[in-house]
Amino acid sequence: MYSLRAADPMEQFEIVPIVNLSLGSIDISLTNSALWMVIGTGAIILFFFAATRRTALIPGRTQSLAEVLYEFVSNLLRDTVGSEGRKFFPYVFTLFLWILVANFFGLIPSLPGLPHELHTFTTTSHLAVTLALAMLTITIVIIYGFWKNGLGFLKLFAPSGVPPLMYILLVPIELVSFLSRPLSLAIRLFANMFAGHIILKLFAGFVGSLLAAGGALTLIGIVPFLGAIAVTALEFLVAALQAYVFAVLTCIYLNDAVHAADH
Amino acid sequence: MEVDAAKLIGAGLATIPLAGAGVGLGLIFGNFLTGAFRNPSAAAANQTTMLLGFALTEFTGLLGFTISILILLEIF
Repeated sequence: MYSLRAADPMEQFEIVPIVNLSLGSIDISLTNSALWMVIGTGAIILFFFAATRRTALIPGRTQSLAEVLYEFVSNLLRDTVGSEGRKFFPYVFTLFLWILVANFFGLIPSLPGLPHELHTFTTTSHLAVTLALAMLTITIVIIYGFWKNGLGFLKLFAPSGVPPLMYILLVPIELVSFLSRPLSLAIRLFANMFAGHIILKLFAGFVGSLLAAGGALTLIGIVPFLGAIAVTALEFLVAALQAYVFAVLTCIYLNDAVHAADH
Repeated sequence: MEVDAAKLIGAGLATIPLAGAGVGLGLIFGNFLTGAFRNPSAAAANQTTMLLGFALTEFTGLLGFTISILILLEIF
């Protein structure tokens, strides 16, 4: 039997190396985080391979799902950026799917008794991962913005139609707002996944300690158990919503880069 | 001992932004619903804006949560 000890809710975020590798002094070990990234990416590739293997005019179930996902992101991009945003579709689509799958895979319960390395791991619950994604987005925005608009990109910080005196106040505000974008993108996704999983494991821990307490307390254990089920349902909503929000904000920032000169 | 106590109090205080985020989220969804009931045909077009407001408001609360965790785990 597995012990009913209430595991530390922080334990799930520990990064454990599975295969130790090093490149000079740099540690490039395959960790549980990297493993779940590979699993997520592999699942996306496999899914789309299966969905587009035999394309039909009347799509089957797999093909329909792929088409729904494609159209969802495609419409999102068209509504926020316009037709010029088409070239960013592969990036936004990849980003959306990757975050969605990473969030969802983190919600799969680990099989009891497995070694710690093989527990399910939410890659997006680490600030390093989400910050890397956010920096990628903001780097694309900056590079494309300057490449497309030249110095006109700087108009983003000085909106037109404002009394000149207001620029003293407005430019620093716009600058800070722009610089906080990658941080807010990264922290939103990270904190949502982090907080959700802590709450989930706290409820699960209550069940464990109540079961271990014995007597009438064992029966009360059903309350946090139902709570854990409710939180899991909420987490599925949050997982999808956060992937969507990340994609929407990426689109809005890309829109700024594409249409910076119109400001 | 006092330092530990101060840390715990500080971590607790850092969750106060959650109250503001709660009020803000309620305002966003409440006002969206008010508008959506008045003019249901315009609701779908404004959903993205609503979710954007939701994300930006939620961030204030999450920032408080992050700071609370930073204090608790003593990551500086």
